[in-house]
Amino acid sequence: MLKKIPTNDMTFLLMTLNQVASVSKMETPAAELIQALTHSPQVPLHQLEALWFQVGGTVCNLWCTHCFISCSPKNHNFEFMSRSQVRRYLEESVPHGVKEYYFTGGEPFMNRELPGILEDTLQLGPASVLSNGLLITPKVASALRQLSEASLYTLELRISIDGFTPETNDPIRGEGTFVRALEGVKNLVEAGFLPIITCMQSWSESEHERVLAGFHEVLFDVGYTRPRLKILPQLRIGREAERERGYSSGEFVTPEMMLGYDDHLLLCSNSRIATHRGVYVCPILIEKPDAHLGDTLAEAFQPFALRHQACYTCYLSGAICSNFSAKGNA
Amino acid sequence: MNLGTTNYRRLLVFGGVYNNYLALSAVLQEAQTIKHDAIFCLGDLGAFGPYPNRVYPLLVEGKVQVVQGNYDHSIGNDLNDCQCGYTDPRDNYFAQISYDYTRAHTSDEFKNYQRRLPPFIRFESFGKRVLLCHGSPRKINEFLWESTTPTHFLEKLFRDFEADVILATHTGIKWQRRAVSGKLFANVGVIGRPENNGRTNVWYCIVHFTPELKIEYCALEYNHQRLAREMKEEKLPQEFIDTVLTGWWTTCLEILPGKERARGKF
Repeated sequence: MLKKIPTNDMTFLLMTLNQVASVSKMETPAAELIQALTHSPQVPLHQLEALWFQVGGTVCNLWCTHCFISCSPKNHNFEFMSRSQVRRYLEESVPHGVKEYYFTGGEPFMNRELPGILEDTLQLGPASVLSNGLLITPKVASALRQLSEASLYTLELRISIDGFTPETNDPIRGEGTFVRALEGVKNLVEAGFLPIITCMQSWSESEHERVLAGFHEVLFDVGYTRPRLKILPQLRIGREAERERGYSSGEFVTPEMMLGYDDHLLLCSNSRIATHRGVYVCPILIEKPDAHLGDTLAEAFQPFALRHQACYTCYLSGAICSNFSAKGNA
Repeated sequence: MNLGTTNYRRLLVFGGVYNNYLALSAVLQEAQTIKHDAIFCLGDLGAFGPYPNRVYPLLVEGKVQVVQGNYDHSIGNDLNDCQCGYTDPRDNYFAQISYDYTRAHTSDEFKNYQRRLPPFIRFESFGKRVLLCHGSPRKINEFLWESTTPTHFLEKLFRDFEADVILATHTGIKWQRRAVSGKLFANVGVIGRPENNGRTNVWYCIVHFTPELKIEYCALEYNHQRLAREMKEEKLPQEFIDTVLTGWWTTCLEILPGKERARGKF
């Protein structure tokens, strides 16, 4: 299954995604390199600060061309998590002093148990939901408002929009998604939320200010007068590797690169993600076999080797998945 | 710094002076009418306001015991930025303006004083182990907001740092919570700028150890019009001046959690 490729000073193992996970039903195998264990820096879990949940599995109502785990209506590699599964991990998180909880997918709002899951979570701490916004009707937004008002803790909604026009967003996220996502944002704003608009940066640095201004304008037009924007770097794995390009062979984190680097910036130093079939190191790597760390949070308290090329992006940008990235939002 | 066992019954505590010597002067004047055993400031002496050096003599004359904040660590060590912990470019832009101003206008003597401040103060009073810090006991610039700080996280801090009472600041908005164990966490708020509620007053608190442990928050009025005038004289950003005059934050907003941000105007 695995083929060794010699290079100048280190050894890589080459594998394709469908070789990586025999249980996988993914539709877009793409060649990815992983670094030999002996050449990979180990990052300890200093403290479990954030607990993520793959609550929507890999099931999504969209088929985005940049999705780093290739989620789609047909991708059942990871299934929805049940309320009782989530509750078990929530209970286990308490003695660890977990500070925040994140819910992702797939599309979390496709999971009909999400309201109950959020209700349980908001009794314990702050919750953030990462969504494409398409299923956030006025009724859903109102229900979320009630959950938020009943809790001491903040409920954050992160809505992905990948351009400030249909012409830039829809080729990535699907026909008509720009207008529908904005409708979801409008519903949230009218319910009193200040959603975090999340966008993968697909433009050059020279266009950055123009794009941000464009976002502000379209959001203002739907009544969102003080928008919060979060710009994400490209993760060149999954479908994104096909859309633009994958990582080049030198894009790895090496032990030398970790000298003088504060590893607290990396999500794997302070977070784990629970799925319907166990605990993984981070939301980006759930489809990598070595990212599965155990069935319980206690088992997942182990160092992780930065063998994957996506780790290179996290290294450069710092904990990109958190609401407040270590190295900055827009 | 460990002060050992004390007989403190009532303490006057505040955070974030932010160069606001007028508010500091007002709180020390008010202290003369309040029975207290000691006065503590939880750090961040500089930032935001005008004339940093006017804070120093007031602290000395008022016998204020100060915990080092991230700002004091930066100014004291002549670093290039305030280590405020912001992640947003706009937040950092305004933070840098006030940092550069404060650094340029702080005397060497005051910088030396700030460099030597202790990062923690511990003591015991009436059987309670008290820990005073700036952001959190584990990180000088950690933001502990009410809406993003789970009670079980506080319980872990109490366990890890062997404390019954933890007092912190750094966020600029006061709040308190008693854990199931009966231990008490309080963010004491700041006297440097209003707390984003449309009112121009600032806040300090009184910590009572007897007859029972409790925190009493006190609104403090000061001459905010004069502060605004002096900020203008010093050519500090109009955005800062607007905050002083209106009570609404105009900068450093991106770090706010949704719940706290939604309560503000911007």
